[in-house]
Amino acid sequence: MTKKFTLEEFLDLLKKYNVEEIEGVKIEGDLEIEFEGSAIDLSAIAPLYSMLSEFSNFLYHANMALGYLQRLSAALGIPTPFVAQPGAVPSAAPAPEVAPPVEEVKLPQELVKAKFEPYKEEYPGKIEEVVLGATKADGGSREYTVTLGGEKSLAFYTFDAPQPHLPAIAIDVFDRKPMLAKAVRTHYEDVLDNPAEWAKKCVKKYGADLVTLHLISTDPLLDDTPASEAVKVLEDVLQAVKCPIIVGGSGNKEKDPEVLEKAAEVAEGERIMLASATLDMDWERIANAAKKYGHVVLSWTQMDINNQKTLNRYLLKRVEVPRNSIVMDPTTAALGYGLDYAFTNMERIRISGLKGDTDLNFPISSGTTNAWGAREAWMIDSPIEEDTPWGPRELRGPIWEIITGLTLSLAGVDLFMMMHPVAVAVLKEVFNTLGGKVSGGVADPGEWMFMEV
Amino acid sequence: MKVKSPLEVYNYLPRTNCGECGYDTCMSFAAHVLDRSASVLDCKPLVEDAKKDPKVKKKLDELLELTAPEIAEVVIGVGDSAVKIGGEEVLHRHELTFFNPTAFFYDVWDTMEDKDLEERCERVVSYKKFYVGNFLTLDGFAIRCTSNDPKRYREVVKKVASYGKPMILVTLDPECMKAALEEVADQRPLMYAATEGNWKEFLKLALDYNVPVTLRAKDLDLLKSMAVTFKQAGVKDIVLDPVTEPLGEGLKGTFERVIQLRRTAIAAQDKDVAYPIMVTPIAAWLIDGDEVSKSYWEAVIASMFIVKYGDIMIFRSLDQHVVMPTITLRFNIYTDPRTPVQVEPGVRAINDPGPDDPVFITTNFALTYYTVESDLTSGGIKGWLLVLNTEGLGVEVSVAGGQFTASKVKELMEETKIEEKVNHKYLVIPGLAARLQGAIEDETGWKVLVGPMDSGRIKGWLEKNWPPKE
Ligand code: B12
Ligand code: SF4
Repeated sequence: MTKKFTLEEFLDLLKKYNVEEIEGVKIEGDLEIEFEGSAIDLSAIAPLYSMLSEFSNFLYHANMALGYLQRLSAALGIPTPFVAQPGAVPSAAPAPEVAPPVEEVKLPQELVKAKFEPYKEEYPGKIEEVVLGATKADGGSREYTVTLGGEKSLAFYTFDAPQPHLPAIAIDVFDRKPMLAKAVRTHYEDVLDNPAEWAKKCVKKYGADLVTLHLISTDPLLDDTPASEAVKVLEDVLQAVKCPIIVGGSGNKEKDPEVLEKAAEVAEGERIMLASATLDMDWERIANAAKKYGHVVLSWTQMDINNQKTLNRYLLKRVEVPRNSIVMDPTTAALGYGLDYAFTNMERIRISGLKGDTDLNFPISSGTTNAWGAREAWMIDSPIEEDTPWGPRELRGPIWEIITGLTLSLAGVDLFMMMHPVAVAVLKEVFNTLGGKVSGGVADPGEWMFMEV
Repeated sequence: MKVKSPLEVYNYLPRTNCGECGYDTCMSFAAHVLDRSASVLDCKPLVEDAKKDPKVKKKLDELLELTAPEIAEVVIGVGDSAVKIGGEEVLHRHELTFFNPTAFFYDVWDTMEDKDLEERCERVVSYKKFYVGNFLTLDGFAIRCTSNDPKRYREVVKKVASYGKPMILVTLDPECMKAALEEVADQRPLMYAATEGNWKEFLKLALDYNVPVTLRAKDLDLLKSMAVTFKQAGVKDIVLDPVTEPLGEGLKGTFERVIQLRRTAIAAQDKDVAYPIMVTPIAAWLIDGDEVSKSYWEAVIASMFIVKYGDIMIFRSLDQHVVMPTITLRFNIYTDPRTPVQVEPGVRAINDPGPDDPVFITTNFALTYYTVESDLTSGGIKGWLLVLNTEGLGVEVSVAGGQFTASKVKELMEETKIEEKVNHKYLVIPGLAARLQGAIEDETGWKVLVGPMDSGRIKGWLEKNWPPKE
């Protein structure tokens, strides 16, 4: 009996397994592959390989496709040459060692001289430079601006290409008391009711480069503050601090476009960032507002490189947002709660940008405050009895935010939105260090071997 | 691995489909060799023939060479607790996966009081952190010789060896190293470290005792020269330490050296540096500052190099604010991105429940499932846990993406015959699935209670809400 399966079925299967990055693959005709029985016919395998290699740009590894094929064929009952037939018994016996005869070696008296030739990577692409904030000279009232992006290499790989701007840190401010972990709240207790003072504290005391004002009170399920009223707080904050400002909505898809549009209007000339436009809301309205009043738009997608590409392209092509006015938020998941997805998604986006994908070569922003959602950051102790006790949470929380941020900085994040002052300080030190801005070191880095403590 | 398709491997195999390797066909076996779930040496006919026929032997050697990982693999320790490091293929995890998680070693020193030593060793071996269905644990000990006394060092090494974990022997002095090796060479400890000053003696020790050795040099020409020299002399198990400097320009330089070593090994195919890399976050304890600053910085250095190519590390701090983030990060970075992590859907009886006990529902994403399951089990909560097939997605994701729906909940309840197991009709759903409450009630006819957002709070929630008061 001869069965056929078509490329289409195969692609459907891949979709089912969430392998969706099929953009750029051309499917010509209705390629069919035939298998006869379970005998191995190399001539039948050859076209399969050429088919598989077609997919190599969206599959991690051709072999992965093989795995899918096997599952597909198992599910559909179609024999392929690769499928183990039922009844195969895996053998557990260890393989015999192939021991080479031992030879007497003469010990060398001198080192064999070898030269290490470091590999150098040069990418064709460059990440766009995006300026946040405008000074008097540019029609705003900020005392300084912050530039994101400009990389021609992976983050901190200054041995490949200089990194013109180190990542910047924005601290979150809310227009109404938010739910905060205790370890965070204690640092803002005195300003929780006063966003302008709150913003001042972030800049003066905690060294924020920027401030993100979240207008969460506009949420219809919270206070439903009208947009025109909510933006008064933005005006206060613009008065109170002279750093560049980011403005966020409440996350309500219906209300945010209106709120952000109003914010764009009252902050005209200040080159703020509007956070954010997403695919499932009226992104067009937000992007148009950014364009009209000279602001930057944050393009936010949920951990999906293709959606990120799509949204960016809409902003560029349909609204014609200038290339220097887009920043991306591909979504941050906390350490232990999806950080692996977030890291790899961002790393892939950054590498694509550097390799020349002009839909993806924008600076990346991370909502690092998400780290506080991890139970390790805020719970008093482990709910698991057998766990080694978790220790004081005052020390766990900030390090959870630090390591989440640090990991993503290595994936290429340019802008961090954070909250805990210690986390902000430590990450700054990390960026300055890896950016080559901290001189010195310890006298003898090998001393730990002998230290008597 | 030099080969890229199973066909290339297949051509080296006997092609008899004898099935001895446990796979039905040679081609299937080849596919598994390629994703490293099988080893060439599992094909016994090939190995046996190689013993008799030099031509086959040559083929086998070629195949072993072709399928060897890009970065050499080194095993430290013996038996069940042995750790394997290196063996990596790619520079970015999305290109395939990272294979052998960074091994974590914790320092002890030979001038410690016996009591302190025991206490510290005990902390290392007993460490446990539950995560996605398993307990994360620590790998071994780095025993520093601070006495400079071979006899004392040997004693302490012997004592630490009794804990049964892999060891790194830390001393630059050949006499002390020799004394320790005489005691524990059969445990396959890692020598730390051969340097420009002692390499001749250490090379001899590595050969005499047949143990892995770390080469330590900041100058990468020197480091490579040592690696070439050791390899030519017959040392197979080599680890490279490009020297971890904990601060400022020094740390920046360390970052560059580690990345250049790995990148040059993989992208430029420089086999002379294609070995596992050692990083020593413990060097953070050389900086000025209080204990918290030092330990935070130790976590920072470790994390940097868990993400970027550190294969084995020596730590000082056993405090949870250092261990927990680093051990979790290691798990995340080394998770295979090709396979969704999921568990079997169905129903689980938790803590021997009866018909009066609550019915909960969660998803089959491993992280979600194990978190919920362990919260219930260790909280002593009796109940029935329905596990919905959301194709390995968490609660919020699957609610948003449409894999967690009222009709699927109904199907699951029918399949598991849950209504026969309990004498009530109350279903507790995750707080993050609250928006499905009405739909599930309509679909199933059960009363739906919205539980807390975090399953760690189910216990407190039940105290107020169970049994339900109509
Ligand atoms: C990782 C992640 C992904 C991964 C998912 C990996 C996976 N295997 O699940 C990927 C990249 C695939 C993904 C995709 C999407 N995601 Co997503 N994702 C996340 C992220 C970052 C973490 C989710 C997570 O794993 N949490 C950890 C697990 C353990 O939590 P959990 O399952 O909820 O379980 C806890 C509780 O629910 C509770 N619990 C569980 N069971 C039970 C049972 C009972 C009885 C009780 C009482 C409690 C309880 O306790 C558990 C432990 O705390 C969140 C944002 C965030 N920081 O939370 C967004 C998030 C969930 N994603 C979101 C979205 C929108 C999506 C997409 C739809 C976007 C898109 N690209 O189209 C897709 C959906 C894909 C699909 N379904 O087909 C949104 C959801 C918004 C909403 N509320 O509707 C979020 C919140 C991001 C955001 N802020 O917008 N995502
Ligand atoms: S043991 Fe060797 S010859 Fe036999 S099926 Fe497996 S790979 Fe083929």
